[in-house]
Amino acid sequence: MIHFEKRLNPSRITTVVTPIIAVILTMIAGGIMFAALGKPPLEAIRIIFWDPLFDPNFASYSRPQLLVKAGPLILIAIGLSIGFKAGIWNIGAEGQYILGAVFGAAVALAAYPADSVLLFPAMVVAGAFGGWLWAMIPAILRTKFNTNEILVSLMLVYVAESILASVAQGLLKNPEGYGFPGSRNLQQYPSAFNAEVIANSGMHWGVISAFIAVIFAYVMMTRHIRGFEVRLMGEAPKAARFSGVSTTRLVVFCLGISGALAGLAGMFEVSGPSGQITIDFNSGYGFTAIIVAFLGRLHPIGILLAGLLMALTYIGGELAQLMLGLPGASIQLFQGMLLLFLLATDIFTNYRIRIGGSN
Amino acid sequence: MDLLGINPVLLIASLMVSATPILLAAIGETVVEKSGVLNLGVEGMMIVGAVVGFITAVNTENPAIGFVTAAIAGALLSTIFATLVLYLKSNQVATGLGLTLVGLGISALLGKPYEGIKSPTLQSLDIPILSDIPIFGRMLFSHDAMVYVSILIVGLVWYTLKYTRVGLVLRAVGENHDAAHALGYKVIRIRFLAIMFGGACSGLGGAYISLVRVPQWTEGMTAGAGWIALAIVVFASWKPWRTLIGAYLFGGITVLQLNLQAAGVAIPVEYLSMSPFLITIAVLVIISARGNQGAPASLGRPFHASN
Repeated sequence: MIHFEKRLNPSRITTVVTPIIAVILTMIAGGIMFAALGKPPLEAIRIIFWDPLFDPNFASYSRPQLLVKAGPLILIAIGLSIGFKAGIWNIGAEGQYILGAVFGAAVALAAYPADSVLLFPAMVVAGAFGGWLWAMIPAILRTKFNTNEILVSLMLVYVAESILASVAQGLLKNPEGYGFPGSRNLQQYPSAFNAEVIANSGMHWGVISAFIAVIFAYVMMTRHIRGFEVRLMGEAPKAARFSGVSTTRLVVFCLGISGALAGLAGMFEVSGPSGQITIDFNSGYGFTAIIVAFLGRLHPIGILLAGLLMALTYIGGELAQLMLGLPGASIQLFQGMLLLFLLATDIFTNYRIRIGGSN
Repeated sequence: MDLLGINPVLLIASLMVSATPILLAAIGETVVEKSGVLNLGVEGMMIVGAVVGFITAVNTENPAIGFVTAAIAGALLSTIFATLVLYLKSNQVATGLGLTLVGLGISALLGKPYEGIKSPTLQSLDIPILSDIPIFGRMLFSHDAMVYVSILIVGLVWYTLKYTRVGLVLRAVGENHDAAHALGYKVIRIRFLAIMFGGACSGLGGAYISLVRVPQWTEGMTAGAGWIALAIVVFASWKPWRTLIGAYLFGGITVLQLNLQAAGVAIPVEYLSMSPFLITIAVLVIISARGNQGAPASLGRPFHASN
C-alpha cells in the first residue's frame, strides 16, 4: 500500500528536481503527441529545444528572439509570483498587459511627432500606470466587497480586449493609415521607439527591466519585511492576521505590483517588437506567464530560467511549424501539459512517499 | 436605428438558446463546488466538449451522438484535474487553469481540419398542444431537446442535493471533509465522481455552442463562457434553481446586446460586447457584498486523510 506523508518543510532537493522531471515528462508526452500527428517525435523535440540555440542556420535569428520573448514573460511572471505566494490570484495579467500597452502608446501618439528624451520615460510611467489601474479594479472590489479576484481579473481580460479593439479602430488609429485599423508604427517614431540597447542582441529596455525585476523581487522576498509578510500570508493567513499584517494592504500591494509589471511588459512590447496597437496585439503572454511563475516555483531565479525555457518553446514551436508543418496549437498544448506535469510532480516536494502499512 | 425591430417573443426564445451552454456548465460546476472542489477548468472542458461533439456529429451526421461523446470527453478531461487535485494534492486554482490551457490546445489541434464545415443541428421540438399556445408557445415550448434537458438536469440536481442520501453525503463532504471522512464516507471517491459530473455537463454545454448556437467550429469559440458559468455559480449562491435564473439573465443580456448591435444603436459594438462581462462583475460585487452566503465551507481546501 502506497501512501503519502506530509513533510514538515518542503524538500529543497525536490523543489529543484521536480521542474526538470516535469520538462522531461512533457517532452515524452509531447513526443507521443507529435508521433500521433504523424511527425517524427525526436526531430520535433530537437527542432523545438536545440535548433533555435545551436543550429547555425537559425541561431543568429532566434537567439535574440529568445530574449525578446522571455522579457515580457519574466516581467509578468515575477509580479504574479508575489501574489501567488500570498494566495492572491491575479489571473488577468493579459488584460493588464493590454491596458499598459494602450496607455503607453496613447502617451506617445498624443505627443506625436514629439522629439524629446522625456517621451520614453513618460511612456514607461503611463504603461505601468495603465496596468496598475486595471489591477486596482479587482483589488478594490476584493478589499471593499470581498469579491473573488480570480473571476473579476479574468472577466476584465475580455473587457480589455474589447477596449483594445475599440482604440485600434478609433481613438489610436493611424490617421495616415488609409482607413486600416491599427495605430501608427512606433518603430518609425524615434523618440518613442524601444530600440535594442545592444544591436542584434534582442536586449531592449523591457528585457533589462525584467532582469531588474528579478533582482528586486529576490531582495524583497528574502530580505525585506514585505516579502516576509507575503510568505506569511500565503502559508499561515491566521498567523499573519494576528501578527498585524493588513490583508487589505497586501491585496492592494500584490495586485498593484503584478498589474504594473504586466502593464510595463505591454508597453515595452508595443513600443518595441510589435510596434503598433492592433486588434490582435496581445498574444497570450499574460496567461503563459502563469505557467512561467509556477515552473519557476514562484522563485525569482527559477522564473528567470523558466521564462527563458518557455520563450524557447515559442521560438522552437514557430520553427517546428515552419520545418515540419506542426500545428501552432500543439505548442499551446505542450505548454499546458508542462504546467499539469509540474503540478503533478509537486507532491514529491510537499509529501514523502511511504510504501507499506500505515503506522 | 430600429429598436422596434427587436421582437420580445424572439428575444426570450433566443435568450433560452443563448443561456443553455452556460446553464449546463454552471449546474455541473455547482455540484463540483458543493463537494468542496473549485474547478477553474470549465472553459477548457467546454471547448473540448465543443470540438469532440462537433467532430462526431459531423462524422455520424447525428447531433445526439455528438452530445453524448461531448459529455464523455468533458468527463474524461476532468479526470486529469481530479487525479491531480485529489490524489496528487496539487493546487486547485493552478490545476484548473492548467486544464483550461490544455483544453484550448487540444481543441485547436483536433478542430483544425473541421473549420468551415457546418454541423448537423438539432431540430426544434414542437411540444404538442403547449407549442400551439399563442405567443408563449413559440417563446417557451418550441425549442430543441437540449434546452429542456438542461432544465431537467437542473431539476434533478436540485432534487438530488436536497432530498436524497447521495446529495446529503455530497454536501457533508463539501462542508467538512474531515468530519465526513471520520464518518466513513469516501471523500476522494465522492469528489472524483462530482468532478466527472461537472466535466460531463461542461462538455454538453460546449457541444451546445458548436452544434446548436453557432453551428460551426471555430478556434476558441467558447469565448469566456466557462468563466461566466463560474461566476454564475457564485451569483446563484450555490443553489441549483438560481443558476437557471442567473444563466437566463446573462443570456438575456447577451441576446439584447446582439440585438442592439443589429439594430444599429449609436453605442460602439465593442462597448456592447464587453457589457455582459461588466454586468457579471457588477452582479458578483453585489452578491459578495452580502457575504457569499451558501459557499461550501471546505471549498478549495485540500483534503489529506492523516490516518
